[in-house]
Amino acid sequence: MLLMLIRRLLLGLVTVCLVSLIIFAGVEILPGDACTQFLGEYQADDELLAQCQKDLDLNRPAFDRFSEWAGGAVTGELGLAVDGKTKISTIVGDRLQNSLLLALCAMSIGVPLALLLGVITGLWRDRMPDLIASTLAIFAMTIPEFVSATLLILVFSIWLGWLPGIVLTSASAPAAEFFPEILLPVIVLSMVMCAHIMRMVRSSVIEVMASDYVQMATLKGVPYWPMVFRHALPNALLPAINVVALTIAWLLGGVVVIEVVFNYPGLGRLMIDSISDRDLPVVQSIALIVASIYVCVNLAADLLTMLANPKLRTMYTRK
Amino acid sequence: MAVITHDSTASGSRAIGVFKDLVSRPSGAIGLFLVIFHIVLALVSPFIAPFDYKLQNSALMLSQPDAVHWLGADHLGRDVFSRTLMGGREALLVTGVATPLAVIWGGFVGILFGLVGGRLDEVLMRVVDAFLSLPWILKMLVLIVTFGTGVEVLIPTLAFFYGIPVIRIARAATHDVIARDFVWAAKARGHGRISIIWRELLPNVLDTLMVEGAMRWSWMLLAFSSLSFLGFGVSPPTPDWGLMISDARGFMSFAPWGVIGPVIALSSLIIGINLTADALAKALGIDRAQKAPM
Repeated sequence: MLLMLIRRLLLGLVTVCLVSLIIFAGVEILPGDACTQFLGEYQADDELLAQCQKDLDLNRPAFDRFSEWAGGAVTGELGLAVDGKTKISTIVGDRLQNSLLLALCAMSIGVPLALLLGVITGLWRDRMPDLIASTLAIFAMTIPEFVSATLLILVFSIWLGWLPGIVLTSASAPAAEFFPEILLPVIVLSMVMCAHIMRMVRSSVIEVMASDYVQMATLKGVPYWPMVFRHALPNALLPAINVVALTIAWLLGGVVVIEVVFNYPGLGRLMIDSISDRDLPVVQSIALIVASIYVCVNLAADLLTMLANPKLRTMYTRK
Repeated sequence: MAVITHDSTASGSRAIGVFKDLVSRPSGAIGLFLVIFHIVLALVSPFIAPFDYKLQNSALMLSQPDAVHWLGADHLGRDVFSRTLMGGREALLVTGVATPLAVIWGGFVGILFGLVGGRLDEVLMRVVDAFLSLPWILKMLVLIVTFGTGVEVLIPTLAFFYGIPVIRIARAATHDVIARDFVWAAKARGHGRISIIWRELLPNVLDTLMVEGAMRWSWMLLAFSSLSFLGFGVSPPTPDWGLMISDARGFMSFAPWGVIGPVIALSSLIIGINLTADALAKALGIDRAQKAPM
């Protein structure tokens, strides 16, 4: 198991390195660079362009710059934004914090609800609670986030006037100030993630309940509920770890649309703002951070699954 | 053994059987109806739309629904009903072309590397992992901002990025098939790689790829309308649901009819595709664990 662990860690590391290469190469290949963006209409002036490229170190070989950038990233030093003044780590840090807050709130509602609903729908398969929850889940999963967000704003913020429909707090404000503005985006996010996790848990519960050892336990006369709680659920909930991990990665990097709809100052909005502004250093940093989160979270999920899996656990203790 | 024969009559009758199974399921029937309805609508909407989609009439600005303008008018005084009818054309065109492209290239690469295996396969999988760990919107926006938002950029961009997860699926499906006897038999008979891919692997991986394609289609549609919503997709004045919702959002407090039409249209199409994909998976006997979109 230790070997497997090391192998997984190394693979994760390789993936992150590849990501950084892809990001860097992508930015290099695309036409235009930080200087053409910075100079705007003055970029036709060769002298200015050369001076700027010299100032920003863009005339050095790509490999040198890559190793410097990657080296800096390891120590958390991400360099300067394209305006040449702001430190990227400050901008990104604030936004990452806000994204974490949003993700944490959404998960604290979404995950328990999803597990509960998944188990209920799995145990009462094809009966009323299952049909209702599964149908709702299909809606929550398929309807685009901007559509459900827009509808929720229309109903709860405009018609009923219960909740603020847009976030006006500034990006660097402390977490507490985001309430209650954060509530609607949290509801949308937890709805979507709840649907995904619920579907996964449901099919896993159904699979486990049909398995040989559950049949065996039933035949041996184990009462239904103790059997469900002691034998079925611990195994049925294992696959949920991986889906939850994917959801965390998605919450921290992929909720651009919701952040835009609610004007929430998270990592996603910073991402599309800096892409629109062609602020490539910031784009590179965000991409690297988000990809690293994705790899780490998935790695953690794999490790947790390994630890929780009786087969692998006993293999380890026996050795 | 679920081996598909190459006899055309047999595969034809299987397709009919699968189709019958698909339609006999309520979700399949409803889903297929919605999808076909939207495709037909996209084809005929320019001829049946009551008003010109780009005709601006300042007298009608944000006017309420009435007998003439069924869904009212938008902030530029354009008829919302006509625009809603035509709002899926661009989306269906782009995703309709990009989805098959994505499945074909992803499927081919996946099958090939699944068959070849070894070091090369390992390296490819790491690259696939690396691509998948980046948020879709970042990858796409970088290309779109650089090269523009035309159909000629959107189709290859979507096809490229949505083909990458297909590689994984096709590779896994190939690994399942490759261990079976008939592939060994073909190898023993001395068939080349291309022949094995074409005649032994493809027919058996095709079911998985078809279901995968249907799911990719709905995700691609989701991505496309999100891009439009963010202002990186269809350019005005072309009617598009994502763009219409984005435009009408600002006036939602006093003119909510601007969002209702496109919201219902877009949701019904995506739900239709999903229901069809689910029913298709069941009809083909593929146990598809629900996955989160990339």
